[in-house]
Amino acid sequence: MSSTEQPALSEYRRREQSITLSPLQEQLEEQEQTSEELLTLNFGPHHPATHGVLRLLVTLQGEIVREIKPIIGYVHTGIEKTAEDKSYWKVIPVIERMDYLSYYFNAYAFCGAVETLLEVEVPRRAQYLRVIHMELNRIMSHLVWLGTSALDLGAISMFWYCFREREKILDLFEMSSGQRMHTRYFQVGGVIEDIPSGFAEKLSGFLKDMPSRVDQYGDLLNGNEIVLQRLRGTCPLDAETLLSLGVTGPLLRAAGNPWDLRKADPYCSYEDFQFKIPVGTVGDNYDRYACRLAEMYESVKIVEQALEGLPEGPHITEDRKVALPPRHELATSMEALIHHFKLVTEGFRVPPGEVYFPIESPRGELGCFVRSDGSSKPARVHMRDPSFVNLQSFSHMAKGAYIADLIASLAMLDPVLGGIDR
Amino acid sequence: MEIKREVIDPESLRVRGLNSRQLLRGGEVEGPNPSSRLEGSDFERHVEESVLTTTLDKAVAWARSNSFFPATFGLACCAIEMMSIVAARVDVARFGFEAFRASPRQADLLILSGRVSIKMAPIVRRIYDQMLEPKWAISMGACCSSMGVFNNYALVPADKFMPIDVHVPGCPPRPEALMHGVLKLRKMVQEDPDMGWRERYDARGTEEVLAPLGEGSAAVNVAAGDSAGDTAGA
Repeated sequence: MSSTEQPALSEYRRREQSITLSPLQEQLEEQEQTSEELLTLNFGPHHPATHGVLRLLVTLQGEIVREIKPIIGYVHTGIEKTAEDKSYWKVIPVIERMDYLSYYFNAYAFCGAVETLLEVEVPRRAQYLRVIHMELNRIMSHLVWLGTSALDLGAISMFWYCFREREKILDLFEMSSGQRMHTRYFQVGGVIEDIPSGFAEKLSGFLKDMPSRVDQYGDLLNGNEIVLQRLRGTCPLDAETLLSLGVTGPLLRAAGNPWDLRKADPYCSYEDFQFKIPVGTVGDNYDRYACRLAEMYESVKIVEQALEGLPEGPHITEDRKVALPPRHELATSMEALIHHFKLVTEGFRVPPGEVYFPIESPRGELGCFVRSDGSSKPARVHMRDPSFVNLQSFSHMAKGAYIADLIASLAMLDPVLGGIDR
Repeated sequence: MEIKREVIDPESLRVRGLNSRQLLRGGEVEGPNPSSRLEGSDFERHVEESVLTTTLDKAVAWARSNSFFPATFGLACCAIEMMSIVAARVDVARFGFEAFRASPRQADLLILSGRVSIKMAPIVRRIYDQMLEPKWAISMGACCSSMGVFNNYALVPADKFMPIDVHVPGCPPRPEALMHGVLKLRKMVQEDPDMGWRERYDARGTEEVLAPLGEGSAAVNVAAGDSAGDTAGA
């Protein structure tokens, strides 16, 4: 027997090859065409793929999604109401806990609004420190998104890689503020403390590592057959529809509209930094994924520039009516003691007025509306949370798609329920 | 039980080890009397040295406490820190708790990670009820232990509607803190397997059973048509 001959088939292989599935497939296709029956499925609030406690009522026809009704409010915490009951500087910790993956952004939106009302000037060093922390927070938020979304698509090891880098960022946060999450680092008028010695070295070490890490994520996912099949071409939505629904952030940029408040309406000295805005072309799930991945590189670039050009000077405003006096002044200055006492007991008073302060959070336009009645407590605090607005586009995206694509596009939507329900 | 201590010289320890291995294989033993099997006091000593005795309860508790299956159940901020105990730095897999289960039917530990709103509380309770006995619950973070920094109309502490075994303080707790809580629970399960919540809350008889209950029982069986159940249903 020569080696080129086919080996003899075993009984099992012969039987296996004799089976044809075509009659079954025809039957299935027939059913798919004729089946008009609708099935309403409850999805959540306790479901690992909803990224929180989102509940969806999904109406299915076979495997096709015909109707989606999101039901929210399962982590409603009453934060906006609680904020009305606290003096301005005590509002920051509760505001931070809204969108729990972008706490620096929540704090900045509120502080920025109050600073606008107070007309306080924030020192340059404080602005740069804010940029460093916000961009690190953006990377961290995208890392959590990437890890959990890849988990939804079946790529388990991505979770470990992403959380490895996330721990490094949280170590930096802990170094500068003492907390890993909800750091309360931003203060009205600046930041609460200057960065400690050793922070800059550790940060630059991280910045040197990070681009190659993002390269690795790309290597793992960009050419991955499963990822491509589940993301490319699924659930696209054009920029006009997104804009009419009020959607911002990576979702809008993935559809080709380069709208980014950091460029469109620079705040916090973002005009000093050179960075690009990644945009997609068709606005499908793959573009949403690719946009966020590219944003991590850009954030690294911004932090590098901010660290290099970090100006000398105070880290918080010198206005004693707003910011606490330094500790050493309390022992020598009566005036400082009085300021300290007034700030800690009553807090500062804000002139009457109202302001809306929008910034670019990892999920889109995060705006804080503050209305002041002249007292030391805000009369109204309201957040325009991007997750809440972006969720509106979800039924437009996933209608007519397969239920598996619904999971993928929910992952690429990246909603944070803490921000939606507040 | 009195513990007897004796000094064994290394040579005879080795001989006895070889003998017992030979015995397990079913062969003849060596020694001063090569053709004889272990008998009498020798045999007793062999059993004493090579067999570990315990109670079934303890063995079961040991197994349970080293293989918790937590439910994949995230509520808010703490859920992110709960996820990081699975990640590489803290690595809960060292203790055998890494198998997070999406279905409460397969889970035996509920980690309440985050704030429980009044709208969510009945669902949390239902998930807890769906878990099979024996089951444990950890309340992670300040919110579900005491309503935390918010302390307002929207939230409810977990102790109000379900039994909690371990509270982990923090806002949110570090992954190490949660790990500490899980290990406390592990110790509790290992050392005191009877400390289930039914004993602690004197709640025997509140299981979901449809058989008629006896007189003086604390629970009211609605399905069996008790008088109290009728009025409640009317």
